[in-house]
Amino acid sequence: MQRIGVFVCWCGSNIAGTVDVQAVSDALKNEPGVVFSTNYQYMCSQAGQNMIKDAIKEYRLTGIVVCSCSPRMHEATFRKTAQAAGLNPYMVEIANIREQCSWVHKDIPTGTEKAIILGKAAVAKVNLNAPLTPGESPVTKRALVIGGGIAGIQTALDIADAGFPVDIVETKPTIGGKMAQLDKTFPTLDCAACILTPKMVDVAQNDKIRIFSYSEVQEVKGFVGNFDVKIKKKARYVNEDICTGCGACTEKCPQKNVPNEFNLGMDNRRAIYIPFAQAVPKVATIDPNACNMLKNGKCGVCAKVCAAGAIDYKQQDQIIEEKYGAIVVATGFNPISMEKFDEFAYSQSKDVITSLEFERLTNAAGPTAGKLLRPSDLEHPHTIVFVQCVGSRCAACAEKGKEYCSKICCMYTAKHAMLVRDKYPDTEVYVFYIDVRTPGKNFDEFYRRAVEEYGVHYIKGMVGKVTPEGKKLKVQGSDLIMDEQVHIDADLVVLAAAIEPDKSARPLATMLTASMDTNDFFTEAHPKLRPVESPTAGVFLSGACQGPKDIPETVSQAGAAASKVIGLLAKDKLTGNPCIASPNELMCNGCSSCERVCPYGAITYVDKEFRMPDRTTAIRRVAQVNPAVCQGCGACTVACPSGAMDLRGFASAQIIAEVDAICK
Amino acid sequence: MSQQNNNLKEELIRISGVNPKKCMRCGKCSATCPAYEEMEYHPHEFVVMVENGNIEPLLNTESLYRCLTCFACVERCPRGVEPAKLVEAVRLVATRRQGANHMKADDVPAKLDEDLPQQAIVSAFRKYTK
Repeated sequence: MQRIGVFVCWCGSNIAGTVDVQAVSDALKNEPGVVFSTNYQYMCSQAGQNMIKDAIKEYRLTGIVVCSCSPRMHEATFRKTAQAAGLNPYMVEIANIREQCSWVHKDIPTGTEKAIILGKAAVAKVNLNAPLTPGESPVTKRALVIGGGIAGIQTALDIADAGFPVDIVETKPTIGGKMAQLDKTFPTLDCAACILTPKMVDVAQNDKIRIFSYSEVQEVKGFVGNFDVKIKKKARYVNEDICTGCGACTEKCPQKNVPNEFNLGMDNRRAIYIPFAQAVPKVATIDPNACNMLKNGKCGVCAKVCAAGAIDYKQQDQIIEEKYGAIVVATGFNPISMEKFDEFAYSQSKDVITSLEFERLTNAAGPTAGKLLRPSDLEHPHTIVFVQCVGSRCAACAEKGKEYCSKICCMYTAKHAMLVRDKYPDTEVYVFYIDVRTPGKNFDEFYRRAVEEYGVHYIKGMVGKVTPEGKKLKVQGSDLIMDEQVHIDADLVVLAAAIEPDKSARPLATMLTASMDTNDFFTEAHPKLRPVESPTAGVFLSGACQGPKDIPETVSQAGAAASKVIGLLAKDKLTGNPCIASPNELMCNGCSSCERVCPYGAITYVDKEFRMPDRTTAIRRVAQVNPAVCQGCGACTVACPSGAMDLRGFASAQIIAEVDAICK
Repeated sequence: MSQQNNNLKEELIRISGVNPKKCMRCGKCSATCPAYEEMEYHPHEFVVMVENGNIEPLLNTESLYRCLTCFACVERCPRGVEPAKLVEAVRLVATRRQGANHMKADDVPAKLDEDLPQQAIVSAFRKYTK
């Protein structure tokens, strides 16, 4: 028989306001096994905890019930209290009489009655509790970073700096991500490449970091500290170890008309290509959809000109299997498609472009070598209209736009407008805005400079229609301050397209069992207090995969994610959860039902020798649970037809005892 | 807001099914409006004025009959406010108040000419008949 102590918390007036705490502690005194029962203003306070410790010693308690807030708040507190007094922490049960009782009831009699019932159920459970000891699992001291943009780069550098090996998996042939495509960065206007490429080089030179470029994560198994990951390294038909990145092949390749994705299709590349001059790794990649040799075996020019002999048309996809202790998601974002915004004539005119396309148009390494020329006729535009919030803050149609604010557009539009006025003072620049949102250090000052120093015309209102007419784009918009409809003949229209998570995010979330919101952004474990952790243990979030972010914010979050990873990898062992499945071998008939439902692959079967009642021995097949892999979800206990499988700490008998106590 | 104005506002919201509080003041409705220059009050003003209960001026403005009911504002509004439906509701209240519609359906064919866009004919029926 247990000797149980009951501790009823007032939680100030949170519980005591709607529950008669004295009546609860009195009623529970008479429950079987209860030898002590009391109530106190704040059980979680130092004084309250001491009260529990003293009672454990004085009444030689073997189990305790705390009637208080949700176990999510203070279960860990009270388990530690019990442990400090020499009691096994799993002999503690919490009856949630706050969230599930006092907060949802208005009158004292109802609240008190329910609190007593919840307390009785907890007492009934403790009567059947047994001490549990958590197992330990080792930690693989290697991290995986999925995505090689600025978020992934910064996270990898910070983890490597702490001495742990890191692998970066990047789907593109080079790391660098969106930041590599940008021209200048706000609010300081330093050139994106000048501050990014040194970091890319750091990654390449760091002996703790491996880059798997042109690769993708194919399978993730295991759990925190012990992930087993399969990475598919796609065939690039060039031997990475031999290729010197000289670029001879990319100059001689006869297939010249492949749209260049790095310049967003505004110019062409060859079938064999290096995305940009500072690519890391700087090796060529053959596009199998464009290469004549791969398609029909007729060509082979690149192999002839390659002095290093790096071309390998027979290269196959390669699967790399590696173990990791932690995984960081840094899959980033993309601008949404503008195809559905007919009113802005994006599909009709080459001179209606997105802001990311504008970045390439002003970039020295872009299709116009940094000269601002309009795409249709390569003439210098004299009137440019920027339209903000295209597809952002759009609640009307989910297929067209996104309900959220994309956060970065106000600032990059101010940047674009300022840069145009700086380089081409003869060009008039108009920005249509709904609100200008500039919360950030030196952000509002930056936007005001665009207006006050550079003479950018900001118009409060939205553009309703863009009509191509001859060489001009007729822009019709609202000026809400002047209460008039304005008409501007523009040469170039730039749309600040909303951003969305990369398409690879959703299948990846499924692989990682990490949760996402309705917009496919990864969900953080707590929006304020755990912003860089996913609710899935061992999975961390870095950059725009979690929500729209600019570069300063991405870099800070990347560092925060890295510090969380370092904290995990610094541990030699992780304490597991002892509430895991365990089979009663005498009842198990080896039917495999549990193995089939186990989502973690924790169950295997062994042939075991049993002594039979007639003193013979028999070999039977029985289930075995790997305690390091089992997460205690309980699926197997439901599937088991013979009732052999039980969850420690949540055994069927314990649950039934709770139900009986409630229904009595 | 006076009781009378509030009642009017409620009636307009009920007739139109429009929730003016969804408006984020971007002005795209008025930016897209082809009849803008002809109107005293513009689509975004209809939304704001109904929200504020300032409805009397709307009931008496010619703008009610300048709206082409082309629904461009409804199509383009990023928040799904549907200003044209609100304009139509005000028009309905105005005509009911005057006790009659301006035009009978039978009058419409006589007013048609070759250059009239089909959409305008449909709009006319929406506008001038019950």
